[in-house]
Amino acid sequence: MPILDELRRRFGDAIVETEDHRGDLTAIVARDALLGVLAHCRDEAALAFDVLMDLTAVDYQKFPGREDGPRFEVVYHLYSIARNHRLRLKVRVDEDDARVPSALGLWPIANWLEREVWDMFGVRFEGHPDLRRLLLYEEFIGHPLRKDYPINRRQPLIGPAS
Amino acid sequence: MGVGSFFTSKLDEAIGWARKYSIFQYPFVTACCGMEYMATACSHYDIDRFGAGLPRFSPRQADVLFVVGTISHKMAPVLKRIYDQMTEPKWVVAFGVCTCTGGFYDNYATVQGIDTIIPVDIYIPGCPPRPESVIDGLMKLQDKIVAQAQRY
Repeated sequence: MPILDELRRRFGDAIVETEDHRGDLTAIVARDALLGVLAHCRDEAALAFDVLMDLTAVDYQKFPGREDGPRFEVVYHLYSIARNHRLRLKVRVDEDDARVPSALGLWPIANWLEREVWDMFGVRFEGHPDLRRLLLYEEFIGHPLRKDYPINRRQPLIGPAS
Repeated sequence: MGVGSFFTSKLDEAIGWARKYSIFQYPFVTACCGMEYMATACSHYDIDRFGAGLPRFSPRQADVLFVVGTISHKMAPVLKRIYDQMTEPKWVVAFGVCTCTGGFYDNYATVQGIDTIIPVDIYIPGCPPRPESVIDGLMKLQDKIVAQAQRY
């Protein structure tokens, strides 16, 4: 597909892997190049990805075949209103070094989406001005969507808001 | 004065009888059980038969707190505050399994039964409970109200 070819041509080794599953485009990007690729996707007239549809993460701990690889994948779903096409970008990060540059400067919606990923997976977004929990409360310990979070762990109840 | 024009009773029983038939509920609806609550509260099942036909949408005017739907940890302080705002006498009904035990939400976000936060008088299990179970719960609550020691 032209979009993936264009990205590979322009960014070379920074595009680790690409996949075209029946027109469903995915590119895995090196972390250092992430902001550059995202900015290019947004600003290049032929791509014009003006919407960050979703930003989420996947925990691949204990995933069959992925035991040795980086634990997390942070996933960006991009959509172009003008061109009506989509692209999925992924960044792999290790547990010890779970940091990704913040896309807040490109799409303001990334603010809350990144807070949610921090809340649920404990992946830090560098450059985020206010990386607090979004859905859970401050007293919560741990990140519940991590695969090693015990499903029946109970957190202390929080008292009435004063 | 002829026979039948007066009867004797205890004040406790008279008050219990009055309270039993003037249940003003406060529906604390957070989830899908709310649909079933609405079905029960509508005309088809006619809970006005039990004097419970008028929901009050202020806890300060209500006697019975209907907790209808899943309570998350983040919602717990709000529920506690609503309960504290109600005036005595007050009763609490846990409507649906989520409020009774947490139901199948055995996870990080859900309170495992609202009785960990506030006292509960009647548990109505079901996911969601059938209107018949709700009415059964309501009648059990009436029995409880009339039988308890009245404070006034």
